[in-house]
Formats: sequence, C-alpha cells, structure tokens
Amino acid sequence: MATKTRTAPKRRAKSAGSVQLLVATRKGAFLLRSDAARKAFRIEGPHFLGHVVHHVVLDPRDRRTMLMAIKTGHLGPTVMRSTDRGRSWTEAGHPPQFPKAADGAAARSVEHVFWLTPGHASEPGVWYAGTSPQGLFRSEDGGVTWQGVAGFNEHPMYFTWTGSGQDGTPDGPAAHSILVDPRDPRRLFMGLSGGGSFLSEDRGESWRPLNQNVRCDFFPDPYPEFGQDPHEMVLHPLQPDRLYQQNHCGIYRLDLPDERWVRIGENMPKRVGDIGFSIVLHPRDPDTAWVFPMDGSSVWPRVSPGGKPAVYVTRNAGRSWQRQDSGLPRAQAWFTVKRQAFSGDTLDPVGLYFGTTSGELWASRDGGARWSCIARHLPEIYAVEAAA
Amino acid sequence: MSKVEVRLAALLHSYTRGRSTVSASGSTLGDVLDDLDRRYPGLRFRIVDEQSRLRRHVRFFINGTDARDLTAPLHPGDKLYIVGALSGG
Repeated sequence: MATKTRTAPKRRAKSAGSVQLLVATRKGAFLLRSDAARKAFRIEGPHFLGHVVHHVVLDPRDRRTMLMAIKTGHLGPTVMRSTDRGRSWTEAGHPPQFPKAADGAAARSVEHVFWLTPGHASEPGVWYAGTSPQGLFRSEDGGVTWQGVAGFNEHPMYFTWTGSGQDGTPDGPAAHSILVDPRDPRRLFMGLSGGGSFLSEDRGESWRPLNQNVRCDFFPDPYPEFGQDPHEMVLHPLQPDRLYQQNHCGIYRLDLPDERWVRIGENMPKRVGDIGFSIVLHPRDPDTAWVFPMDGSSVWPRVSPGGKPAVYVTRNAGRSWQRQDSGLPRAQAWFTVKRQAFSGDTLDPVGLYFGTTSGELWASRDGGARWSCIARHLPEIYAVEAAA
Repeated sequence: MSKVEVRLAALLHSYTRGRSTVSASGSTLGDVLDDLDRRYPGLRFRIVDEQSRLRRHVRFFINGTDARDLTAPLHPGDKLYIVGALSGG
C-alpha cells in the first residue's frame, strides 16, 4: 500500500542549477555539463577511448572523487579514480580481484567491474563494487585498494545462489544494485543477475535472499527462494524501507518489514508489458518512479515496444502508470535503455536522463513531460549518472 | 647482469609512459611480469588474472616462441614480446 511516511524532513529542492552527467559507454566515458536551466549541455571526452566503461560515479560525500570501472576487450579490468571531478585519473593500486583459489577449488577471476556504489555518509572513503562474475568488494580508502567481502564471496551458498554463467546476462553474470540504507551503514542490499535480491544487516558478513513473490518465468518453480533476475533495484533515500525493482519478470515494490514484493507492473498497459532494465525514483516522493519498458516477448527483442520508445511514470507507488513520450521518436526507433543508463537529478522539477543502446542521450527537465535529445552518435551507452 | 628485453604492444604503453621496449629482471615469465609490475604498477593484472592465468586475448612470445605458462624460463638477453590479439568490433 502506498504510504507517505518519511524518515527525514522534506527539504526544499533547488529549482535551477547545473547538472553533470557521467556517461559510460562501450568505447569510453563522456562527461556532460548543463547550463543552469538544464537546456544546453556541453560534452567533454572521451575519457579512456576504446575502453569498455561500465560505470562512472561521483562521490556525493565530497563531490570531487569519481570512480570509473573500465576494461578493454583485451586487457583485464580495473578501477580508475579521480579526485578533481574527472579532470585527471589514476589507477587503483589494488583493483577488485578474487583470492587465489586453493587446489581443487573453483578459480574465480573478475572479468569486469560492473557496478560502483559510494558507502554510507558516515563512512567517507568507503565504496562498494559489484563484479562479473558476481562478487562484492569494498574499499575503505576512496577506491585505491579493494578487498573482497568474504561474507558474500565466500558464503557457503555462493555457488548455489549465483548459479553458473548460463544464469547470467549475455555479458556475464553480475552483482549490481548495491544499496546502503541511509539510516544504517550495516544494512546492505544487492542484486544478482542471476541470483535474485539479497539483504545483509551486518555490513556484508551474512546475507539472505529477499525474493518472496518475485516471479521466475524461466524456472520450473516460478517463485523460488532465489534465482531471480533483478535488473535494477532502488531504495528511496527518504523512506529506506521502500524499495522498487525492475526485474526480468516484471516491476515490483517492497515495503519492509513485509518481505513480499508486490508486482506493480501488472498495472502497466498490457500491450507494453512491464519488462525493462532500469528504474528511477523521485528524490523526494517515494510514490513516484519511472521505467523504460522494452519488448520482452517471444525471443526477447530488447527494443522499445513497437519501435515507439516511451517512459512510464507512476505517482501512486505503482497503482497506475502514465506514458511519457513527448519529444521521443514516434516510430521506427528500436533502441533500449540498459539498467544503469537511466538516472534522475535532485532539482525541482526533477530532471531525467537516459542513454540508449544506439548512443543517444535524452533529457527531460520537467519530470518526463517533455524529452529532447542532447547527444547522439555516441558508442553504445551502458550507464548514465546525474550529479548536481 | 644483463636483463630481458621486453617489447610491449601499444595497448600497454599507457603504463610505460609511451615506451614500446623496456627491460626487466627474472628467470621465469612470472618473475619478469612481477618485476614489470613493480616498475609499472597495475600492468600485470591487465594481462594476467588473479589465478595467474594469462588473459584470453594477450599473447606472450619468448624469442619468437609462444609461451603460455608463467613458469616458462627466461635468460638474460632473451626477448619477450607481449602482444594483444586484437579482434572484435
């Protein structure tokens, strides 16, 4: 049920201000800066041209440090670090890597770093990284050195929960959506593709599945304890017991302490469906969320349904959805938006930004009411983060 | 003591400040890579994973002969080529 309960006082949002977009692509990273009206954007880059960049994230605690997850098609993965908001970069001294395997044990190696999350506000310098194959890593020095979180990586159920490469994405299985409860740095959430959603209440020392009522169309048991494929999971910063996820099998909402997810995607138009990769929350209203549906029928084309891209918004926690396609192509547009490639700012009205598999960046400065293309001809876009 | 001559493909020149040929010490391929990593931090992990497996698209040649094992011996004056098997779109 929708609720308006909040755990922090509502602060007045700025109505104008420059926004920086951190764009990760298959061939490098780009940084865009808007004017105060968010009408004009200046693009800068590419950074690390030719590198596969999965995520670029600004540290909201110091607003200077940026981390970037990179690899190339031929070289192994690493993390780059900037302390001057992207002007210069240095490589992590010890990037995420699994321990050397004992004789006879499964020998895991990080194929790429997929996800980066700054730690709790009370823990400056702490970051988390999710990798492919599924691994959780923690840095306590701002991303210079990384250590595996043994409570997950070495958990007795690790290989059961994570399955095999066949259970992952076409680019490999991944740990993602690492969420830190703003009330408690010990409380962590994480998504595994595949594997499902998981919760730790002791800073990662122990984990348990959090998948009740989340459907698994691809298993004989459609509601298993784990094995689901949450594409992206988000937590509301002002109401941290409210989570949403865009799953491989629908859109869901969770209101803890009730641990049963509710499939709110069933309220989407049937001709569009509720399959997609990404989900974005309104920074001040826990009942408002945006998704970018894709065609998840038959062979899973993973394009805009009917070639007509649209964002859908709910303002009542998923009881109903409205289409937002003003300014978007009307037909023959066959892109989609990957799980990290849809983001919002914190201004009022909220600015929304998404990057497409065809290398276009789209922006709305009015909460999705009207869209405009702010960059095109970029490489395939993997991630977009908005920072004020 | 004479060292091993290491020739690096362009994809690694960001580590060697643009140099395509450097020298390194060590009696095995693994030792030489360790020495390179001390002088050019981060280089080793880009071409050898945490299980000491050579990365899939990186190839090593010692005096022109393919080497696929970190225990491969090297001697002073040997030439080690580290190249990328570049492919894909």
